[in-house]
Amino acid sequence: MAAQELTGAEIVIKALVDQGVDTIFGYPGGAVLPIYDALFQQNNIRHILVRHEQGAVHAAEGYARSTGKPGVVLVTSGPGATNAVTGLTDALMDSIPIVCLTGQVATHLIGSDAFQEADTVGITRHCTKHNWLVKSAPELARVMHEAFYVATHGRPGPVVIDIPKDVQFEKAEYAVSPHITHRTYRPRMKGDIDKIREAVDLIANAKKPMFYTGGGVINSGTVASQLLREFVRLTGYPITSTLMGLGAYPASDKQWLGMLGMHGTYEANNAMHDCDVLINIGARFDDRVTGRLDAFSPHSKKIHVDIDASSINKNVRVDVGIIGDCAHVLEDMLRIWKSKARRPDKAALADWWKQIEIWRDRKSLSYKTNDEVIKPQQAIQRLYELTKGREVYVTTEVGQHQMWAAQHFHFDEPNRWMTSGGLGTMGYGMPAAIGAQIAHPDALVVDIAGEASILMNMQELSTAVQFMLPVKIFILNNEYMGMVRQWQQLLHEGRYSHSYSDSLPDFVKLAEAYGATGIRAEKPSELDAAIKKMIETPGPVMFDCRVDQLENCYPMIPSGAAHNEMILGDDPDGASVSEEGKMLV
Amino acid sequence: MKKDETIERHTISVLVDNEAGVLARVIGLFSGRGYNIESLTVAEVDQAEHTSRITVVTSGTPMVIEQIKAQLDRLVPVHRVMDLTVEAKAVEREMALVKVAGTGEKRVEALRLSDAFRARVIDTTHSSFIFEVTGAPDKIDAFIGLMRPLGLVDVSRTGVVAIARGPEAM
Repeated sequence: MAAQELTGAEIVIKALVDQGVDTIFGYPGGAVLPIYDALFQQNNIRHILVRHEQGAVHAAEGYARSTGKPGVVLVTSGPGATNAVTGLTDALMDSIPIVCLTGQVATHLIGSDAFQEADTVGITRHCTKHNWLVKSAPELARVMHEAFYVATHGRPGPVVIDIPKDVQFEKAEYAVSPHITHRTYRPRMKGDIDKIREAVDLIANAKKPMFYTGGGVINSGTVASQLLREFVRLTGYPITSTLMGLGAYPASDKQWLGMLGMHGTYEANNAMHDCDVLINIGARFDDRVTGRLDAFSPHSKKIHVDIDASSINKNVRVDVGIIGDCAHVLEDMLRIWKSKARRPDKAALADWWKQIEIWRDRKSLSYKTNDEVIKPQQAIQRLYELTKGREVYVTTEVGQHQMWAAQHFHFDEPNRWMTSGGLGTMGYGMPAAIGAQIAHPDALVVDIAGEASILMNMQELSTAVQFMLPVKIFILNNEYMGMVRQWQQLLHEGRYSHSYSDSLPDFVKLAEAYGATGIRAEKPSELDAAIKKMIETPGPVMFDCRVDQLENCYPMIPSGAAHNEMILGDDPDGASVSEEGKMLV
Repeated sequence: MKKDETIERHTISVLVDNEAGVLARVIGLFSGRGYNIESLTVAEVDQAEHTSRITVVTSGTPMVIEQIKAQLDRLVPVHRVMDLTVEAKAVEREMALVKVAGTGEKRVEALRLSDAFRARVIDTTHSSFIFEVTGAPDKIDAFIGLMRPLGLVDVSRTGVVAIARGPEAM
């Protein structure tokens, strides 16, 4: 007897269920109506209706990053697909597994400039890890499972499956196992053991070692974070992390030096500059981290563990490049370290820590408070203190508030921190918070936002209200696109060209208009009570935190400068940017 | 860190699944990341397996060449990437169709030179020849250079195809 025939739309739903998907984020339209119809007639998959397709992708990212599972998006053809492009690019830059299903006009209409037609596979070729246009229903089940495989294996990333409307109606057999191995795509998980041995030798003989870890550790899963913790504690070496890697190593630990890079701590950046062995695990030598490349960690032997071979030797030449999954490589490193009974050079390490403590005593994240105006750093610090001990997930938008959040909100667990690192997408935070809250209904999910960023995807507050998601939108309102203003101050002699947030809405009333709760704090004396009220208020809350308008985010490595040429908050006059630096972003 | 800035020319062979859009992916990779394409050829080489072979001649610093290979290798439909300039002794061939128009002495000279290059005449009129010439790219360059003063009017080149010497498959 032949297997039962299903429509393309039913195949999509069945494949999603077989992949263990329980939630999708989407927005209907003409070219996906059959899939929405199939969705209507089942109870396995929950659909979260967003208000804009960009929001759907960011919500799926928040879901994916807070769970480690792929996020799934369903949008229509044409504008549905093009609106998703920013989210897809964001997921590509930050290596987030996303499966995005797009409707397409019927196959016989493709190429005719039909209503809501766009060349979706053409447009998204550059912002996905891979994409497919499915031209007949019999291919659909295989492509669906292949897509999940590609999105979640190797370096994770977004994929698009473009499904013409006639294919959604066409009947075909569903006869594929969800557990496929791909014909050509088989990423390498285990690292080269000889290179790992070489790396362990370097690590063991280091006098001034430094761990530099990134989002790859998070993507590798919680096991990778556990192994990293074990290895770092066993060695006693200092550790820093990129923006994407926060939480893989607990921020409360004494070996933790804080984030590195453009707005990293004095101790982390100086240790990067002066170290003799640099152990990069799952980070990619991004320009926000390295600063001036020819002055980047000039005296160190460099080890780089990355699952993506193209990340190795891309920006920075390394001495030992290991292609593999962080957890697998860390496991091998630990095993070799223990079996050879390796011991770090205690005397050298003590000297190294003594130096690091001198840098740490510089207290580069310090700021001055007063009774009149709330300092943005203070607001985040109080938010952190008052939410400590809870299960907290934090998302951010992009700008000063994002960097202050990275500096002053401390994470002890992976998957708790979601921010747009690579692409720097304003408007990421609220939809991402919605995705994280869907995955963790009882957790406290906070979007630390700026007043400019939040307006970019403001419409998603309606989604939060509809699904009764108690996300807390904590807006540091300084009435400026703060990071733009800071750069204009630094690079353009204070000509604040179009960086003032004019005609802002009243965020409290705006929240109320959406059916959410609005809270405002204007004085330092009101802050704690207002934050407590926000936490205790059920449902979505928008918190308008009025902060110092002209506060700058320090420390800062100006563009084109080296790690040991930082500007510090208590000595901002050291700020100068070279002509070459002005060219950089 | 001192970077090696010498520009090298490499011939890279890429075995891919012959699926829709695969060429666009490869070309998009080069244009999107600012790499050079000096020549590019593509055709299906195994009908049963649906695989195509892309031969791309590119140039860049050693670090860029290494990046190009790594970037190609991570494209999902790519089976294998082989740097024929580094990994193997390879043979490279290119074919060109060269149209030369003229009469009298120049016409005779063109025909005489074509013989030295083992070019074949595949079309002729009283006032023109089309030569088919095969060889390494520099041989074709030389032939075209010689034809220029003799009435060269049109050139069509295939781009380089290359294959490793010896008994092994790619």
